[in-house]
Amino acid sequence: MQNQKNDKKELDIDLLEISEVVKKFLVANMVTMVFAILGIVGFMFSGLSLPFFVSELLIRMTRNSFLVLALIIPVLAGMGLNFAIVLGAMAGQVAVIAVTHWEIPGVWGLLLCMALSVPLALVFGYLTGKLLNKTKGKEMIASLILAFFANGIYQLFFLVLLGGVIPMQNEVMILSGGVGLRVSINLATSIKDAADHIWRLSLPWSALSFSALTVMYVGIRRYLNRAKKMEERTIRKHLVYVALVSILALWSLYIMNTDSMFNNIRIPIVTVIAIIVVCIFTTFILKTKLGQDLKTVGQDRHIATASGIDANRIRIIAIIISTILAAWGQIFFLQKMGILLTYGAHAQVGLFAVAALLIGGASVSKATIGQAILGVVLFHTIFIVSPLAGKNIFGDAQLGEFFRAFVAYGVVGLSLAMHAWGKQIQAGNSLKS
Amino acid sequence: MENLEYVLQMKNISKDYYGNCVLKDINLSVKAGEIHAILGENGAGKSTLMNILFGMTVIHSTGGFDGEIMLEGKNINIKSPQEALELGIGMVHQEFMLIPGYSVTENVKLNREITKRNFVSRIFGEKLETLDLKEMAKDTRKALDTLDMDIDEWTRVEGIPVGYMQFIEIAREIDKKNIKLLVFDEPTAVLTESEAANLLTAMQKIKESGIAILFITHRLDEVMEVADNITMLRDGELVAQKKSDETNVIELAELMVGRKVEKIVREKRDEKANRKTILEVKDLRVMMSGEEVKGIDLKIEEGEILGIGGLAGQGKIGIANGIMGIYPVSGDIILKGEKLKLNSPKDSLERKIAFVSEDRRGVGLLLDTSIEINIVVTAMQIKKTFIRNFVLFTQINQKRIKEHTLKMIKMLDIRCRNEKQLIKKLSGGNQQKICIARALTLAPDVLLVSEPTRGIDVGAKKIVLETLVRLNRDLGMTIVMTSSELAELRSVCDRIVIISGGKIEGELKPDSNDTDFGLMMAGEYKKIHSRGDEQS
Repeated sequence: MQNQKNDKKELDIDLLEISEVVKKFLVANMVTMVFAILGIVGFMFSGLSLPFFVSELLIRMTRNSFLVLALIIPVLAGMGLNFAIVLGAMAGQVAVIAVTHWEIPGVWGLLLCMALSVPLALVFGYLTGKLLNKTKGKEMIASLILAFFANGIYQLFFLVLLGGVIPMQNEVMILSGGVGLRVSINLATSIKDAADHIWRLSLPWSALSFSALTVMYVGIRRYLNRAKKMEERTIRKHLVYVALVSILALWSLYIMNTDSMFNNIRIPIVTVIAIIVVCIFTTFILKTKLGQDLKTVGQDRHIATASGIDANRIRIIAIIISTILAAWGQIFFLQKMGILLTYGAHAQVGLFAVAALLIGGASVSKATIGQAILGVVLFHTIFIVSPLAGKNIFGDAQLGEFFRAFVAYGVVGLSLAMHAWGKQIQAGNSLKS
Repeated sequence: MENLEYVLQMKNISKDYYGNCVLKDINLSVKAGEIHAILGENGAGKSTLMNILFGMTVIHSTGGFDGEIMLEGKNINIKSPQEALELGIGMVHQEFMLIPGYSVTENVKLNREITKRNFVSRIFGEKLETLDLKEMAKDTRKALDTLDMDIDEWTRVEGIPVGYMQFIEIAREIDKKNIKLLVFDEPTAVLTESEAANLLTAMQKIKESGIAILFITHRLDEVMEVADNITMLRDGELVAQKKSDETNVIELAELMVGRKVEKIVREKRDEKANRKTILEVKDLRVMMSGEEVKGIDLKIEEGEILGIGGLAGQGKIGIANGIMGIYPVSGDIILKGEKLKLNSPKDSLERKIAFVSEDRRGVGLLLDTSIEINIVVTAMQIKKTFIRNFVLFTQINQKRIKEHTLKMIKMLDIRCRNEKQLIKKLSGGNQQKICIARALTLAPDVLLVSEPTRGIDVGAKKIVLETLVRLNRDLGMTIVMTSSELAELRSVCDRIVIISGGKIEGELKPDSNDTDFGLMMAGEYKKIHSRGDEQS
């Protein structure tokens, strides 16, 4: 009897601790949770079939992840959310316009686009970095306004100067008056699906290959470290990976032998590999001396300077990397879209990427690759389901459309407010202690 | 040959800022494996001496210095802190140069990370070499072991006790391969007693390994405990150089303060008169970074001039700022028997407390506006004076403002072209007079004055102090004066409290002896006297 009581007491304490942990977890991941729930509820009400939803989501993930990943490095360098990736997107678009004008199709067109955009993005990134170094502490508003300003110059160039001051002969792309580019440009003659159509696999096969690769990765890691004792945490992590991919593999094998719609979803393997390469690149950079300097500057600029790190230079490098990634991200985005909205494609890039990153649980001072990918999934889930869910719940598809715009702006505002709030709480706590 | 014995020699070091002499003929020699303490009040010239040693830009941009510095017998000319580091002169900073989000290892190896090559770095250069975390950890472990620290080298710095942080800073310095001389700049200022004791033990260990230490401090007992030699500076001059076993705390305290006190003439207050308490603070805590107040009880009597003294960073500045509610504050502030609203500068002003801030140019003045506006702005806001009311709207009463300003200019002898002149064109002393004029315009019962003579010339200093005395004597205004200059407090105050470590160390009369003042400033008074009690 006595024992039982004690057990119960211990259990209570455990429960208390667990509830404490859960509470902390919920508070820390509030934004992500809310959007996960919204996404699930929205999906249920949208009446979409799962295969259709997954197919849509995969398209959007392969299209947009690149741009969101471009935001991570400036965040870690303490420069906040780089709204100026719009400039990177512009660099990408300039390259795409040039390549479309020269009518270089397919993979070569795509590679040329990427090569052409680099010098532009370098210059844009350098200038952005210079500006942000002059507006320390206000980087986000500066980059936001810079994006608007750059949009003006972009319009001036393509709407007035091109065909007018700068000669260009192309009846398909130039407006009938001979001055300025058309509002939309078809990329069918250049990079449309250039990366996506190199190699595609059906979803079950892709999942199966992914599982096999993961198992191989774990195997190689363990083989290389066979001499040393591995940390328990790493071993547990590996076990979880293997378990998860085994389930995925079983599911794929099952689907393959049915006539499920999942078999019709095709994954653009090259694009996926490109995204994975960006993830690996980001991880790699952070493990180098440059990455350590980036993080040091991000954590405390003053201490970084005092220990001999050229903080301004590091910050410029961070923005240049971000701008180049954004340029390439926009090129991959456009090859998927197949059409370039000359004056609109870049305008919302910064806002949407920032919103996605924040939904994934990142803040102005902290961001990981996982958060970026999760953010893309949740953000685009809302985008896919909200028009139909809106229609089914309120009888009006427009409402869902409004909700999407509301989400994009609202989440940025909310996250920034919550960040400031958290800082205030910290300051309050330090007075008490 | 004799030269080689010393790691560092500084010979005939003099320095002046635009003719204002701050260091005069300082000589200093430190041997390897010696702890050499440099003692002195704020403004004694300790930091200037270190700035010269580290080649800080403030020195070079103001015309350099006279004298020579020799490191291991070789003449050196240090142009920048980086150069000093390369020569093997290290510094343990007063405020921590640590990154909270990093592990101990990452902090120790900050910007000195060990890297290894990889295939990318072969193409793009060494900036892209990967960190060799294992080697970094190994070095860090070695440094930590030297200091007898059992903290794990992968612990994140965030959340570890302050005392440990200091050690991580030191570990960083001794991890540098060629370190010859280590400067400790008031390292124990933020530590608890036991942490400080640990630090002193660590210093002994570093000393045994053959590194010379310059120990800058004002804690006298610590000096007696670890230092081999002591150099005492006062007003930029070398007062004494002693071996620590040939002196004692009392003598050091006397040497640190000792100077003539010039009394500004005023009749002594009647000691016996039963005076009312006008302002009282209970358990006052003020969160002002760098000048934190950690629980003070103080009664201020009506009609007195109370001096608040103490060294910089001990919290004396925080008291007046806390009473005014400019920084986050807790505790009770009672004015004439009624509690004051905390954290509300408006309430404090309305209840007739006026404040002349130590931060003249930041908080005290509107630099781009005229003298008259600066004098009346607070009164207009708080008392709604100098305003003509037209029921639906109001207008500034230019005529009355001008009259009042001219009166003030005459009364305080403000040197200016006219009452419309911009504040930023005035000298520091005249700016300070305007701050006082503004406080007077509020006709306060209690006037808080912080560092009234900071950065103003000698003549103006005297006028400011005389003005304060006159206000007190003629108008019966209660004045609380905070100042780093002890001599100044002793020349005008009725009584003086000394703040140390955010708390009151003790209360003295202006004519108390130098030793007591010295001991209190150094935070030794209570310790010595409680020791005395135990013995008797």
